[in-house]
Amino acid sequence: MAKVTRVIPGFRFTMGFTLFYLTLIVLIPLASLILKGGGMGLGKFLQTVLDPRVLHSYVVSFGCAFFAAIINSVFGIILAWILVRYEFSCKKIIDGLIDLPFALPTAVAGIALTSLYSENGWIGKFFYAIGIESSFSLMGITIALIFIGIPFVTRNIQPILKDLDLQYEEASIMLGANRWTTFRRVIFPEILPSLLTGFGLAFARGVGEYGSVVFIAGNTPLKTEIAPLMIMSKLEQYDYYGATAIALVMLILSFLILFSINLIQWRMSRLKGI
Amino acid sequence: MQEKKYVKYTLIGLSVVFLTLMLIIPLLVVIVEALSKGFAVYFKAILDPFTLKAMNLTLLATLAAVVCNTIFGLCAAWVLTKYSFKGKNILSSLIDLPFAISPVIAGLVFVMTFGRISYLNDFLTANNLRIVFATPGIILATIFVTFPFVTRELIPLMQAQGKDEEEAATMMGASGFTIFRKVTLPNIKWGLVYGVVLCTARAMGEFGAVSVVSGHIRGKTNTLPLHIEILYNEYNFTAAFAVASILVIFAILILIVRNIVEWKNEKEA
Repeated sequence: MAKVTRVIPGFRFTMGFTLFYLTLIVLIPLASLILKGGGMGLGKFLQTVLDPRVLHSYVVSFGCAFFAAIINSVFGIILAWILVRYEFSCKKIIDGLIDLPFALPTAVAGIALTSLYSENGWIGKFFYAIGIESSFSLMGITIALIFIGIPFVTRNIQPILKDLDLQYEEASIMLGANRWTTFRRVIFPEILPSLLTGFGLAFARGVGEYGSVVFIAGNTPLKTEIAPLMIMSKLEQYDYYGATAIALVMLILSFLILFSINLIQWRMSRLKGI
Repeated sequence: MQEKKYVKYTLIGLSVVFLTLMLIIPLLVVIVEALSKGFAVYFKAILDPFTLKAMNLTLLATLAAVVCNTIFGLCAAWVLTKYSFKGKNILSSLIDLPFAISPVIAGLVFVMTFGRISYLNDFLTANNLRIVFATPGIILATIFVTFPFVTRELIPLMQAQGKDEEEAATMMGASGFTIFRKVTLPNIKWGLVYGVVLCTARAMGEFGAVSVVSGHIRGKTNTLPLHIEILYNEYNFTAAFAVASILVIFAILILIVRNIVEWKNEKEA
C-alpha cells in the first residue's frame, strides 16, 4: 500500500493530542466503570437491576422522556415552521428564546418549575383546582423533561425547512392537493430524518436528566423515582456496585435507542436513493 | 401557496403560549421569588460567604473546562476535517459519547476511577491526593460533560470551508501554526465563540455530575447549582432563588451573545 501523504502539516501533533485527551478524560474513566462493574458478579448485578424499585425507575425515566420527546416533536415542528415560513413581529425574540434551556442551569429550571407547578404556584393552582397534580407526579417529571428538550427538534428541523425547494410544494398544489396533504406527503418526508435526530437527542437527554427533575419529581419510591436518582441513592449508601449496575443498564438502553434511530435513518436514506 | 390566515395565527398563537408557559414564566418566577422579601434580603443572600465561595469554585471549574475543551476542540476538529484517515467515524462517535451519557453516570465514572474502590485508590491515599469529593473531581466532571461542545460547533463549519486554502498556504511554505492562525482561525472565529459560549453555559450550570463527585462540603466543594439545592432543601426559598437569579442573568447574557454571533455569521455569509 502506498504511503498516504498529507499535505497540511500538524497531523501528528493534533491527532496525538486528540487521542491522548480523549483517552484520559473519556475512555479510561468509562473503561474503569465497566471493568469495576464486571467485578460485581452476575448475582449482585441481577439482584440490583431486577429490584422492583429500580425496574420502576427505568419505566419512569424512559416513559416520561419518551412522552416529553413526542410533545417536543410536535411543538418543534410548529416552531420551526412559523420561524421559517411566517413573518411576524416578535419572531426574533422567539428565535432567540428557544435556546434558553441550553443556557439556563438545570437546577435553576428545576426550582422555578417546581414553584410554578406546585399546588400554590402561578400555573399549578389551575391544575390542582381541576384535580390534576402537576407537581410531585409523573406529569411534573414530564414538564421538566419538556423544558430541557425544547431546542433539540426545532434546531434540527429549521435548517432543512429553510433549504427546502418550494417547487415541490407548488407542483403538489398544481396537482390538486390541499395544503395539509402537501405538508403530509411532500414536506413531512423531507424533514422526517432531522425530526428523528432531534427526537433521539431530546429523548437521550431526558432519560439521563437529573438536575431539573429531582425538585419537581417528589421522589416517591415506586411512583416518581427516576433512574439517575436511584444511582444517586445507591451512592449515598456507598453501594458503588449497585450504582454501577443501574448505570450499565441505562447506558446499554440509551445506546440501543440511539443506534436504532440511526438505523431507521439509514434505511430511509437508502429507500430515498432507490 | 400560503395557508389560510387562521392557520397561521393559530400556529403562532400556540407557539407563543407554549414558550410563555415553559420558558418566560419560569424566568419571571425566579426573579419574583428572589425579590419577594425585598432587596436587603436579596443582597444578603448573594453576598453570603458560602455563596461567594461557591461562585469562586463555579468560575474555576468553568474556566478549566472551557480552556481545556477549547484547545481539544480545535485539535479534534482540525484532525477530523483537514485529513483523511481510517477510523474517522469511530473517532467522531467517541468524541460525541459524553452527550449520550447521563450526567449522574458521568460523575459515577470518576468515582469508580478515583474513589474508594478504584484501582488508583491505594496510590492516591499513599500520596495524600484527593480527587473525588474535592476540587479536582469537580473540574474533571465538568470537563467530561462539556467535552464535545466546541468540537461539535467547529466540525460543520470547517467541513464546509474545505481545505483548499490551508493546502495553498502549505505550498507557500507556511508552518502548521501559522496556517491555523492566519487562514483557519479567521474563518471559524464566530463558530468558535459560539462553541465556547455553549461550553461555558453548560459548565457553569452542571448539576448531576458535579453533585456525585462533590460530597457537598459547604464552602469547599459546593458550586453555585449545588448551593442552590442546599438552600432549597433547607426551605430557604428566597435565598435559593436569589442565587439562582445570578445564573439567570448569565443565561440571558449567553443568549444575547448567541444572537450576536448568529447575526455576524449571517452578515459575513
